[in-house]
Amino acid sequence: MNFPAELKYTKDHEWIKLVDGNTAIVGITEFAQGELGDIVYVDITTIGKNVEANEVFGTVEAVKTVSDLFLPVTATILEVNPILEKQPELVNSDPYGEGWMVKITVSNPADLDGLLTADAYSQLVG
Amino acid sequence: MKSTPFTQKHIALGAKMAAFAGYNMPISYSGINDEHATVRNNAGVFDVSHMGEFMLKGPKALDLIQRVTTNDASKLSNGKAQYSCLTNTTGGIVDDLIVYCIEENNVYMLVVNASNIEKDWNWIQQFNTEGVEMHNISDKTCLLAIQGPNASKMLQPLTDVDILNLKYYTFVKGTFAGVDNVLISATGYTGAGGVEIYFEDANGAADKIWDAIFAAGGPQGLKPIGLGARDTLRLEMGYCLYGNDIDDTTSPLEGGLGWITKLNKETSFTAKEILESQKAAGISRKLVGFEMVDRGIPRHDYQIKNAAGEVIGKVTSGTQAPSLNKAVGLGYVETSQAAIGTEIFVDIRNTPVKAKVVKFPFV
Repeated sequence: MNFPAELKYTKDHEWIKLVDGNTAIVGITEFAQGELGDIVYVDITTIGKNVEANEVFGTVEAVKTVSDLFLPVTATILEVNPILEKQPELVNSDPYGEGWMVKITVSNPADLDGLLTADAYSQLVG
Repeated sequence: MKSTPFTQKHIALGAKMAAFAGYNMPISYSGINDEHATVRNNAGVFDVSHMGEFMLKGPKALDLIQRVTTNDASKLSNGKAQYSCLTNTTGGIVDDLIVYCIEENNVYMLVVNASNIEKDWNWIQQFNTEGVEMHNISDKTCLLAIQGPNASKMLQPLTDVDILNLKYYTFVKGTFAGVDNVLISATGYTGAGGVEIYFEDANGAADKIWDAIFAAGGPQGLKPIGLGARDTLRLEMGYCLYGNDIDDTTSPLEGGLGWITKLNKETSFTAKEILESQKAAGISRKLVGFEMVDRGIPRHDYQIKNAAGEVIGKVTSGTQAPSLNKAVGLGYVETSQAAIGTEIFVDIRNTPVKAKVVKFPFV
């Protein structure tokens, strides 16, 4: 399974990547999408809101199951990946690329240091 | 946890496995949407060997079946099958099942849900006061459902009996893939057509049949299918799932199973009087199909509300329907809110999401 080294991970199977200053994108890992199966809806109800680390920022619906999404670090939710409205299956096919879920403004970029590295995460799900 | 004779094949094929009714069963292989489409458009194979089978034999076998089930099994002749349900004494459903007439007035097979094998057996036994010979053959009986518009065509070369023209809810016994005494039934839980085959796993029959089916159908796109797609396929058809849509507390009239509840049959059956009075007085709740108008996916046990925010029922099954690209569900609502077109609201994570009552099957 693929866990890119440039991302940081949580034990709840989200990844986060700083893209520009305090701006980051968040998605779920390849492991998570495989466990969920075919994803049919990404429901984000927190746009514009400030969400604490480890709090729920939305839910992901697969055909057979629904799962909460937890924010890796405290941040403000800026936007939802607009492609997912029509093509939620991108979370399955490209979880670290086109299947990203939300763009956020991280309150304190140093918080990312406390998250799991790719190595640590791959051992967790290994 | 129990295995079926096909469990190692599922694992070798890379299926996602999970415990279901005490069996280690395949949930999906290539993905539920892909498997669902395969069955709707072509053909797929389900291992449903976890299902229970009882043989009932003797001159009083029909009488016993008539006393514990709602449908009229006296209408069955050799080679015919019937969907029915076992009712308890309070009008609820012990299980839904298929009754196969192997030999009229003498030999019948009941096919029951895996999770209810013991409950059903004990239930029927307590009414078996006239010495009907009962055999629980569940453990040694394999059941494969080969479903889809092209299923029978792919299988026909494996047998001399005519399965292409087998009528819905009829069956034949014959040699299949070199295995004798295989019961081939034009039934299923997908609405996609095809057959279900029952056979005893003796002398490697399970391997032989599985391999022959894939040798015949594989080149034409036949795929193994898991229980996940089995659920989405049945839900699109509005078929009830025991434990979700019907159970010990729901009556067949409430559950839309009035068509298999023959209150006029000669033999009286458990719950007959209760169901008669329900029918006379009118039922207070009813299982309906609905589709989501606004975005959201209904799930088992979500509340259903009216526009005023009052709870009027609950969801019993729901999913994003792969063939329809929309979310649909089944649920009980107050009879006054059950008319086609009624606007209802499904409570999804504390938000009421608009839906409407529609006819089912959904496809």
